[in-house]
Amino acid sequence: MDVFGSFALVLAFICAVYAFGGGIAAIITRHPLLIKSTRQAGMATCCLIFLATFSLEYLFFSDNFSIAYVVSHSNRDLSTFYKVAALWSGQEGSLLFWSFLLAIYVFSVLLTYRNKNGELMPYVGVVMAGVQIFFLTLNNFIESPFKALASPAADGALRLVTAQDGRGLTPLLQYPEMVIHPPNLYSGYTGFTIPFAFALGALLARYPGEKWIHLTRKWTMIAWMFQSMGILLGAHWAYAVLGWGGYWGWDPVENASLLPWLSGTAFLHSVMMQEKRGMMKVWNVWLVFVTFLLCILGTFLTRSGVVSSVHAFANSSIGSWFVGFIVIILLTCFGAYLKNRDYLKSENQLDSIVSRESSFLFNNLILLVACIAVLSGTLFPVFSEWFTGNRISVGAPFFNKVNIPLGLLLLFLTGVGPLLAWRKTSTDSLKRNFGWPLGIGLAAGVIALVFGFRQFYSWVCLILCVFVASTVLLEFYRGAKVIRSRSGASYAASAVELAMRNTRRYGGYIVHMGMVFVFIGLAGAAFNRDIQKDMRQGDKLQIGPYTLVLQGFDTKPERNYTAQRLLVEVLEQNKPTMMLYPEKRKFSTTEENGTMVAIRSTLKEDLYVVFAGMNPDTQLPVVHAYLNPLVKWIWFGGVVVVFGTLVALMPNRRAVLVLSTAPQPVGQAVAHGLPSSVTLREGHD
Amino acid sequence: MKKQAKFGVGIGVIVIAMGFLAWLGYGESKTYYHTIAELQTLKGSANTQRMRIGGTVAPGSIRHLAGRTDFVLEGEGKTLPISYIGTDPLPDTFIDKSQALVEGRPGPEGRFVAEVVQAKCASKYEAAPGGKGGATPSPTERSAM
Repeated sequence: MDVFGSFALVLAFICAVYAFGGGIAAIITRHPLLIKSTRQAGMATCCLIFLATFSLEYLFFSDNFSIAYVVSHSNRDLSTFYKVAALWSGQEGSLLFWSFLLAIYVFSVLLTYRNKNGELMPYVGVVMAGVQIFFLTLNNFIESPFKALASPAADGALRLVTAQDGRGLTPLLQYPEMVIHPPNLYSGYTGFTIPFAFALGALLARYPGEKWIHLTRKWTMIAWMFQSMGILLGAHWAYAVLGWGGYWGWDPVENASLLPWLSGTAFLHSVMMQEKRGMMKVWNVWLVFVTFLLCILGTFLTRSGVVSSVHAFANSSIGSWFVGFIVIILLTCFGAYLKNRDYLKSENQLDSIVSRESSFLFNNLILLVACIAVLSGTLFPVFSEWFTGNRISVGAPFFNKVNIPLGLLLLFLTGVGPLLAWRKTSTDSLKRNFGWPLGIGLAAGVIALVFGFRQFYSWVCLILCVFVASTVLLEFYRGAKVIRSRSGASYAASAVELAMRNTRRYGGYIVHMGMVFVFIGLAGAAFNRDIQKDMRQGDKLQIGPYTLVLQGFDTKPERNYTAQRLLVEVLEQNKPTMMLYPEKRKFSTTEENGTMVAIRSTLKEDLYVVFAGMNPDTQLPVVHAYLNPLVKWIWFGGVVVVFGTLVALMPNRRAVLVLSTAPQPVGQAVAHGLPSSVTLREGHD
Repeated sequence: MKKQAKFGVGIGVIVIAMGFLAWLGYGESKTYYHTIAELQTLKGSANTQRMRIGGTVAPGSIRHLAGRTDFVLEGEGKTLPISYIGTDPLPDTFIDKSQALVEGRPGPEGRFVAEVVQAKCASKYEAAPGGKGGATPSPTERSAM
């Protein structure tokens, strides 16, 4: 199976090269057969990558310990669930997985548009094939996951060997979310290849109008949705597994995933200006380019360890390949831009500072400043070493100082932007749209002050959250009222009807509402508390309204590890509420430990209990308890964001089949007893 | 022109304010990277900066004491005794021979006082060749093909 897999990868590489080279030839010659064959080569590339990925997965499932990658990342006792995840737990497999997900996108695009957009698609195909060639080069020649296990024999020559068992999957990854977090994040990273390919293709082809934006909208949103889910799942994993009580540490790998999300979010907003007013064309094209570059950079940072590492960590050889690829993309983008920049001339200018356009402009500015701040903070060690010879890193205070105010400004615009009119907004409309929400927001602020709320940023966040939520709810209410007055349905049914009539707009509002929930959760972090204590059986620990009583300690042998468990009883206001079981897991193969945090999560707060090990002096278990308010809102907000995106992805208008008989020319028969013409009318009022 | 000036002012205010905040945050959190060997050659104020040092935890050197954990970090043939005084529990990946990153300041008698200890992070986890577990042979450059 390993030979089959490597062979499939080599063939995939050859097909991708053909799709790329043949594609260029097809663009020049316009030969229809060549166009068709390169498209089919592109699809074949994808199918071969699927085969290679499945064969690696098969090697995991069949416990084939003659393959180095399988030995390093699996063992016999590893459960089926984690054998799937073992695929992307190391360097080689991750890169293959990247190719795999990209292949899904590329295949879908080639299939969807096989008979459409004939002028544009050969260009798009060439760009996609170019990206595939890069990753297939890594898969085939640099980081092949199919390397056999070999060992030096007595005479010094290498012999192929088979290990008895593997070294197992690292314990930190043996957690359900680790099975879904990387696929989501990688689907985000790879997904931005599609809008990039369309943008670059359209620029190269001088494809008329805003059509490429319409074509890529749903692909961008899918990628954005996966990126959002990936980021939040990663945060949740860090929260539930690493046992430090937080979900975001401004770690380079986390930052790497945030960067394309920021620029991708900017892109999703600013394309609307191009669609409606023909503005910002240069900006949009560059936003897509930058987003794709940040995806590649993110993969590079994650896989090469160039930043998080001190000198000892950075051993990966793929770094230079990524740098080379980034340079090639940049040169291509610049070249295409310089050659065809006249094609990107803006049709309109900004009319007023109080307008939808200007809110988008500021939205973009803020997202971009945040992106630059995160990027420079992340790459600071690299650049400081280049320029000063000293490797200097910056920590959480740097990122928080910049990004918290930016986040709040963005939240403000989330409420304001969608309700401003294009071109210029009148004072009357400002009053009508914002009077109530602003009043409610400020009232919430005053009430919070009275109740002793003293954290400035959290207080501002609260006011803004209430304000934005009110604007969204007011929009739904107004729209639903109109529908209700005509149909007589309930408010809820009318609101659903409203959203279905303009999924894009109301899906967007739902996404905004989700972001409000996320911000509510983030604001809670200002009130986090924690306490740590060595505890005997029967000892109590007080945190907030909770009393923790250590009832006992047990050891539970499992298939792949042994768990040491604390039995902690939770009393809320002195009433027994529940038991929590924080664990330490000792994994048999790696002799490493894993932590399982026990969390009681409510909308008000999380009680987060960690078994922090045994105190070597007292031989007593150490319990570290955190009280983290409002964290659940972040995860809930994430679900709402995804739901909103799915709504926005649905067809914008519901088509209603209206059967009508068209006027018949005399003498023509009605075939098969059917009405001679079926008119498809869009259900629009 | 007036309209564009308004936008300019708005953009300028945001960018300058953020630049200022970034500068504040930078001052508060900048940390220098050094290797163990470099640390021993630092002089003057460079020796009191907040810094980050990486290395491998010397086998058998981890000693849990009251209020702190002592261990020795090895790298480039040099060793550095560390006292970890932070309140957070040490990461699960922090074991003998693990690659670790410590953050803090040099203390008295050549001992480094660490407030933060990170051990090799999961996303870059690669089992060391010839490491523990069922398999001793190391992967080689030979492909299975």
